[in-house]
Amino acid sequence: MDRITPALEMMGQGMAGIFLVLILIALIVAIMKKLDNKK
Amino acid sequence: MEFLWQGLLAVTWRQAVMYLVGAALIWLAVKKGFEPALLLPMGFGAILVNLPLSGVVDQMTQGIGETRGIIQWLFNVGIEASEALPILLFIGIGAMIDFGPLLSNPKLFLCGAAAQAGIFLTILIASAIGFDLKDAASIGIIGAADGPTSILVSQVLHSNYVGPIAVAAYSYMALVPIIQPAAIKLVTSKKERAMRMPYTAGSVSRRTRILFPIAVTVIAGLVAPSSVALVGFLMFGNLIRECGVLTTLSNTAQNELANLITLLLGITISFSMQAERFVRWETLMILALGLVAFVLDSVVGVLFVKVMNLFTPGNKINPMVGAAGISAFPMSSRVIEKLGQQADPQNHLLMHAAAANVSGQIASVVAGGVVLQYFFNH
Repeated sequence: MDRITPALEMMGQGMAGIFLVLILIALIVAIMKKLDNKK
Repeated sequence: MEFLWQGLLAVTWRQAVMYLVGAALIWLAVKKGFEPALLLPMGFGAILVNLPLSGVVDQMTQGIGETRGIIQWLFNVGIEASEALPILLFIGIGAMIDFGPLLSNPKLFLCGAAAQAGIFLTILIASAIGFDLKDAASIGIIGAADGPTSILVSQVLHSNYVGPIAVAAYSYMALVPIIQPAAIKLVTSKKERAMRMPYTAGSVSRRTRILFPIAVTVIAGLVAPSSVALVGFLMFGNLIRECGVLTTLSNTAQNELANLITLLLGITISFSMQAERFVRWETLMILALGLVAFVLDSVVGVLFVKVMNLFTPGNKINPMVGAAGISAFPMSSRVIEKLGQQADPQNHLLMHAAAANVSGQIASVVAGGVVLQYFFNH
């Protein structure tokens, strides 16, 4: 269990970080698209 | 006359194994066309560095003192000092990528994110087997399906297995057309693979294309500062491409720079393929775990899209597109297109798969960054 706990922690933080970055980027792209369409 | 056969007598069994490994890599590159730009230099380099008292690595010579070897020098300067070679290669890779299909359909960013799960599941497995966390993380990052990221992360973490990790990463990238169909068919039915997705080419404004790489760098850099080198140089290459005023530099980045760095990277990384470090039982385990990482990437990507479809019943995504969220571009998107057409000859998924595929390129470098960030924070 000692070996797995840090790996689990890394997985949680890692996937959360990746999703956070990609979701923020997707939202910014969606907003830019909307602004472009308005023009 | 003894000096004539001293070299031959000094060959160890491990070095002999490495000659076979080098020959195998060259054969895979030439005969099978598996990532020849990397596997051939790595294979030849594996032979060079494993010749007894090879002049390409530093040697201590009686009466002369230390003599420097070119491959060791390239490794010290180009990889160990600052991971310069893989990072500079990212400029070329970024300049080659067209993010248009992804920018037209931003929800496919999520496919890129989900498909990195194989990295962390493999880290879990490697840790459970007995690898220490730094080595487990370096092994897991093979699942990023990105050679430079794998080399960079394993080198920064001072993994003991840089050589096998590099060989595994590039070999499995070349094997995507074999690995992915098998993994996808495990978790999809023919009906699911036949699911059609209409494609309308949306136009993306020049402003969006220019702001995109800047936004990605800032966001990734704020969340995971360790990813700035990887993401930043990838996006720098893309910005050169998209700005429209640096055509010559963009062409140079995509061609001469990428080719030059690729030429040097393969032979440089062979420094980590010296027999004492490479010929170990752990190498076989790493090759197995690398395969597991690739399979899990595809499986989790598919399953993620199936879950996403539960929440968007009117706008479903073919589950196979989730598997395209790995970084192996463009092979993975072509695999998905081919599988789609096998299930339904009228089914064209290439542009959707390409969008997920380029998302995977961003997600994989972010993954490398978050893995490094974890160690910097602990």
